[in-house]
Amino acid sequence: MSTQASAAAVNHIPADNIETAAPLLQIRGLKKRFSLSGDFLEQLRFKGGKLVRHQEHVHAINGVNLDISRGEALCVVGESGCGKSTVARTVMGLLSPSEGEIHYDGQRIDNLNSRQLLPYRKRMQMIFQNPYASLNPRMTIQQTLEEPLRLHHPKWNRQQIADKVEEVMRSVGIDPDWGKRFGHEFSGGQRQRIAIARALAVDPEFIVADEPISALDVSIQAQVLNLLMEAQHERHLTYLFITHDLAVVEHFGTRVAVMYLGTVCEIATTATLFAKPRHPYTQALLSSIPRLEDDRPQHIRLEGEVPTPVHLPSGCVFHGRCPYANARCRQEIPQLQLHNDGTRVACHAVEEGRL
Amino acid sequence: MTMTTNKAPSRLDRFRDSFVWYSFKRDRTAQLCLAVFLCLVVAAFSAPLLAPTDPYDLRQIDIMASELPPFWIDGADEQYTLGTDAQGRDLWSIILYGTRVSLLIGFGAVILQALLGVTFGLLAGYLGGRVDAFLMRLADIQLSFSTLMVAIVVGAVVKATLGGAFYSQYAVLMLVLIIGLAEWPQYARTVRASVLAERGKEYVDAARVMGLRSKRIMFRHVLPNTLSPIFVISTVQIANAIISEAALSFLGLGMPETHPSLGSLIKAGFDYIQSGSWWITLIPGAVLVVLVLSINLLGDWLRDVMNPRLYKG
Amino acid sequence: MALLEVSQLDVRFALRQGEVKAIRDVSFTLERGERLGIVGESGAGKSVAAFSLLNLISKPGFIAGGSIRFEGQTLNTMSERGLRKIRGNRISMIFQDPMMTLNPVLSIGEQMVECLKAHRRISSREARAIALDKLRQVQIPSPEKRLDQYPHELSGGMRQRIIIAIALLLDPDIIIADEPTTALDVTIQAEIMALLLDLCEQHNVGLILITHDLGVVSQVTQRMLVMYAGRVIEQGPTREIINDPQHPYTQGLINALPQMATPGEKLNQIRGSMPSLSNLPSGCAFHPRCDFIKRADGQTRPACVEQVPGFVQTGNCQVACHMVAELLEDRRLKEEGQ
Repeated sequence: MSTQASAAAVNHIPADNIETAAPLLQIRGLKKRFSLSGDFLEQLRFKGGKLVRHQEHVHAINGVNLDISRGEALCVVGESGCGKSTVARTVMGLLSPSEGEIHYDGQRIDNLNSRQLLPYRKRMQMIFQNPYASLNPRMTIQQTLEEPLRLHHPKWNRQQIADKVEEVMRSVGIDPDWGKRFGHEFSGGQRQRIAIARALAVDPEFIVADEPISALDVSIQAQVLNLLMEAQHERHLTYLFITHDLAVVEHFGTRVAVMYLGTVCEIATTATLFAKPRHPYTQALLSSIPRLEDDRPQHIRLEGEVPTPVHLPSGCVFHGRCPYANARCRQEIPQLQLHNDGTRVACHAVEEGRL
Repeated sequence: MTMTTNKAPSRLDRFRDSFVWYSFKRDRTAQLCLAVFLCLVVAAFSAPLLAPTDPYDLRQIDIMASELPPFWIDGADEQYTLGTDAQGRDLWSIILYGTRVSLLIGFGAVILQALLGVTFGLLAGYLGGRVDAFLMRLADIQLSFSTLMVAIVVGAVVKATLGGAFYSQYAVLMLVLIIGLAEWPQYARTVRASVLAERGKEYVDAARVMGLRSKRIMFRHVLPNTLSPIFVISTVQIANAIISEAALSFLGLGMPETHPSLGSLIKAGFDYIQSGSWWITLIPGAVLVVLVLSINLLGDWLRDVMNPRLYKG
Repeated sequence: MALLEVSQLDVRFALRQGEVKAIRDVSFTLERGERLGIVGESGAGKSVAAFSLLNLISKPGFIAGGSIRFEGQTLNTMSERGLRKIRGNRISMIFQDPMMTLNPVLSIGEQMVECLKAHRRISSREARAIALDKLRQVQIPSPEKRLDQYPHELSGGMRQRIIIAIALLLDPDIIIADEPTTALDVTIQAEIMALLLDLCEQHNVGLILITHDLGVVSQVTQRMLVMYAGRVIEQGPTREIINDPQHPYTQGLINALPQMATPGEKLNQIRGSMPSLSNLPSGCAFHPRCDFIKRADGQTRPACVEQVPGFVQTGNCQVACHMVAELLEDRRLKEEGQ
């Protein structure tokens, strides 16, 4: 890593001021806390002879800014507990943000009620991780796929709905004759195809995929990944793709956002990130992918383990494990800084040219 | 997973292929219990056909033929196979009618419990937060009154305000209401627990992402997936309701003697045990035990088969 | 004689649909200090193979045939008492979920001491000293403190280190690791794998690594078995198989990895999915998914559909595939003809 080059490349432009061609989805200053303390009665504690209300929170996301442009596949990677799934679920309105805003196609959507959100439900869909849990076990495939159509196209007649279901089943490679069967009669890969079909049934333009292939076998992963790429190509989809598998990111993603403990530490185009990871965490993450080529892995060892998101470290969340951390890192929270190849990195060491 | 043919199996095929059927075919106890239970139900509900006399018809009662022993004891009258009770009613007939009353109250009370409990449990589990806290505290309060206490209070209030005759007339309905109201928390808790488990699953999230309303998600998606614990708890609750009714009747809070259930029959005969007429109380008692035992054993079997881990009996 | 010799192992499950053959005709050997990988997708039978080595298959499963010989002793016919002396002592296991091994109500130290005292006549103090030493070997920070902690107080990565320490406790000859890092994050996984590799090399311990991750296998093991639908379909030195797989399934598996394709292009996928063990296709179990069952002239090789392929030797590897056998036969004939 050439230190001078990256130091010179830092432009001190706050991330928010850069506007590219109006992004499809904008996430601004997103924070999400989960209370650990139960209901009001459970929060009361005795302290020094007084009754005090004591609350503890899991800080799942701490100020995430992301823009997703039309037609791209933005991958969010990180290890378990980094908040990547929480981002996905907040975007889809399954969770409401504690702070921050989410804009879809120029319209703020995080404060809409479920009726106002309905038109967006048709445009944004989600694919889940576990194909064994994402299909209702008491519904046939036909029923599962018809349900979104009936909801979003109340004027369609039976034939139109049946035609659409057949079309979408064919497009994901499921024989339409299997519609009368239940989810549990299919294999994991086929179930995930059905889940994809359900998301595609309403012809969305934006899809959030939360670890869609992690629960599948290797040979099936390739099938599903191909299917997702085909769908993107044919339907001009935009993806927010959540995964922990960097090899998949390298193959699938247009851009990558690396998350650590609820913050984004680096965003770059896939090629740039893999060719030239800048953030120390990204470097460690990339070095630990098990590759076929090497016999003796030379991965970067990180000290310790990820801290709990209950008591966040001061300063940079990564400083406890970072080999380059100094006093500034322990106090000041680094902001994403733009480099001239379009990469944004939140790291004092990179900014100062120490790395 | 076998998919050699594209034809989807019918419901009957699915049932034949299911573990429930497989295990039933191999479990002699379950088979026997189901047979006994079905016999009792069929016999009870065809009581007007099977019973030689109508015990509700005062004209058919011969007070002179009271306390006759069953056929295997000296002094029995051939006309009365199981003997007669203290009022001269044919015991066989009155047991048939009594079983019918007991079963009616049992099923009725359980349907009421299930309606209340499932609705409240579903709301509490799915909506969470304050609704959950309110309904569950309500359930706690309800559980802290025993069925007996509720029955005594309701019975006393109804009798005082509307008169004993009114109570006797609507006794079946009153008992269904009392037992149904007293025991809904059992359902509510079981359902809430399994709703909480189901709500975390991704198919519920998928339904939400689709834009479906809470009501539809609750009843179309979550409820069908909590059916097996509901099914299991129902068997136990029917047995419990029958026992509760018997206990209430035994204490004189249930069915009047003119319209006896198994419980009031036992009670009516209890006074005559000392005088040697043990059959008046023991034979209905035995029927009650067999009925409840067969339901409970069926329930145990069902619980093992369906294995809802959240079930707390 | 090899340290561990498994020959023609056959494990079945008596289910209500009838008997299901979970693994069939699995044979392999493990030399002292050797690291062997067993690779396959879910349902391939790799975990069943591992569990059956120590006769840990529980009902309705049973070993229906074959033998497992460890230092000349036949494990599959040994009494439960005899097996206990070997389990955990000479051969230890690491499971995917650390909580399968760790008892949540006992402290780490108590569990380790208990395990030591069950197999050796030593005092608690000596046992504790050994436990501490093992914790140091697995590079756990402040090991003294860990001894008095309970499993739930530790993170997933830390627990897996403890498990490795416990597996090493009695200086075993073989460690069987069943997907030891699947539940862990990549950075932790890399560390645990590196640690396991180092320790096995240092102490000359044999390792049987069961995994679905070809990357991990290629980094850690010297030899590997590829399993498909209950059978071994290819075995040999890891490097040779990874670099030049012969069996169409192994080829497909490696080529399906995203890293083998150009970013953004279609991945090379294997069509279909693994058949269920109760309903295996005839002949070669892979034939419905295989792209090579047709000969150059467009005719289907009848053997693929009719006959279970036997092993043929190619280089240092053994491959169970009719197509490979035919190619080899053609080459031999050609060479003879010249």
